[in-house]
Amino acid sequence: MQRSRNDVWVGLFVMVGLVAILFLALKSANLLSLSFQSDYRVTAKFDNIGGLKPKAAVKSAGVVVGRVESISFDDKSFQAKVTLALESRYAFPKDSSLKVLTSGLLGEQYIGIEAGAEEKTLAAGDNVGSTQSAVVLENLIGQFLFSKAAEGNGTPAPVKKK
Amino acid sequence: MSWVKPADVGFATRQMLADWGYGARLLLRLVSLLGSSLKRFGLVRDQIFFLGNYSLAIISVSGLFVGFVLGLQGYYTLQRYGSSEAVGLLVALSLVRELGPVITALLFAGRAGASLTAEIGLMRAGEQLSAMEMMAVDPVQRILAPRFLGGVIAMPLLAAVFSAVGILGGYVVAVLMIGIDSGAFWSQMQGGVDVWSDIGNGVIKSFVFGIAVTFIALLQGYEAQATPEGVSKATTRTVVVSSLSVLGLDFILTVMMFSI
Repeated sequence: MQRSRNDVWVGLFVMVGLVAILFLALKSANLLSLSFQSDYRVTAKFDNIGGLKPKAAVKSAGVVVGRVESISFDDKSFQAKVTLALESRYAFPKDSSLKVLTSGLLGEQYIGIEAGAEEKTLAAGDNVGSTQSAVVLENLIGQFLFSKAAEGNGTPAPVKKK
Repeated sequence: MSWVKPADVGFATRQMLADWGYGARLLLRLVSLLGSSLKRFGLVRDQIFFLGNYSLAIISVSGLFVGFVLGLQGYYTLQRYGSSEAVGLLVALSLVRELGPVITALLFAGRAGASLTAEIGLMRAGEQLSAMEMMAVDPVQRILAPRFLGGVIAMPLLAAVFSAVGILGGYVVAVLMIGIDSGAFWSQMQGGVDVWSDIGNGVIKSFVFGIAVTFIALLQGYEAQATPEGVSKATTRTVVVSSLSVLGLDFILTVMMFSI
C-alpha cells in the first residue's frame, strides 16, 4: 500500500476523535471512578424502600462503598428484598445496620451502612438483619396530625377498627 | 380537470417499491464489500480525509456555539430553581445523548453528503461510471464502498468532537463568564453522566446516522439522472431525505434506548 501525504492528516483526525471520546468518558462521565474491583453480595429486607432504585449508592460515613444490585418483592414476608454489591476491600461487622436515606431534601435515595461492633464480618450471601425503612412523607404527616390531635383532646385520637 | 387514474397510483407504488428494493440491495452490497474495501485502505483513507478532516472545522465551530447557547439557556432555566450548578450536567447530557449526534449528522448531510452526491452524480453524467463498467471495474466496489466506509468511520468521531467541544463551550460560558463554581460544574456532570447508557448510546446513534446519511448520499448520486438538472435534484434530495431520516431515526433510537 502506497503512503501518501493524507496519512498524517487522517491519523490526526482519528486521534482528535478518539481524544474527544476519551475526554467525554473520563472528564464528563468519570470512567475512572467506576470500580472494576471484585465485590460481594449481601441481602437485606426492608419494610419500605421508598424511592430506592437499582444502582443507587451504598454509603458508609458518606463514602460510596457499593451499589444496590437488585430490588425484588418477597411475597412471604411482604417486604422488599434488596441485594447490595459491596466492594471487597471494605469489610463490615455482621451486626451492621442498614438505613434508606435521602441526600438533601429532594435528592436521590441511597443506603447508609452503620457499622456494628461484632468481630465477625459480613460475607457473601449474608443477610443483614437490622434495617430501617425509608421515611415516607405521608406517614410522617399522619403521625404529626395524630400527635397534634392527641395533644388537643388530652385523649388519644379515636382509631377506627374494622 | 384530470382525475388521477388508478393505473397511475399503481405504477407509482410499484416504482416506489422497486426503488426501496434497489436501495436495500445496494446497502447489502456495500456492507458485504466492507471487507474488500478494507484491503485497499488507501481509498478509504482519502475518503476519511475528504469527509472527516474537511468537516472538522464546521463541526467544532458549531459545537462550540451550541455549547455556549446551552450554557446560557440552561443557566437561565436552572437558576429559577436555585440549582444553577447543574448546568454542567444539563449541557453534557443534552450534547452527549441528543444534540451531538443529531446536529453533527445534519451538518454532515449538508457538508459531506451533498458533495458525495454531486461527485458521484457528475461521474454518472460524465459517463465515467459506465466507462468503468466497460473496463470490468465494478463502480460500486471502486467508488461507492470506500466512500461508505469513510463516512461511517468519520461520523462517530465528528460527533464525539462536537460533544467534547460543546462541553468546553458550556464550561466557558458557565464557569468563566457567569461564575459558577468549576468544581461543582464538573462533579455534577460526572455524577449524572453514565459511560455506557449516555455516552455509549450517543456513539451508537452517531454510528447509525453515519450509515444512513452516507448511504442516502451515495444512493442519490448513483441513481441521479445524467443531466445537470438531475444532479442538482439529486443533491437537494440528499439533504432533504437524509435530514428527515436522521430526525426520524433519532426518535426511533431514543425510544428503543429508553425502553431498554
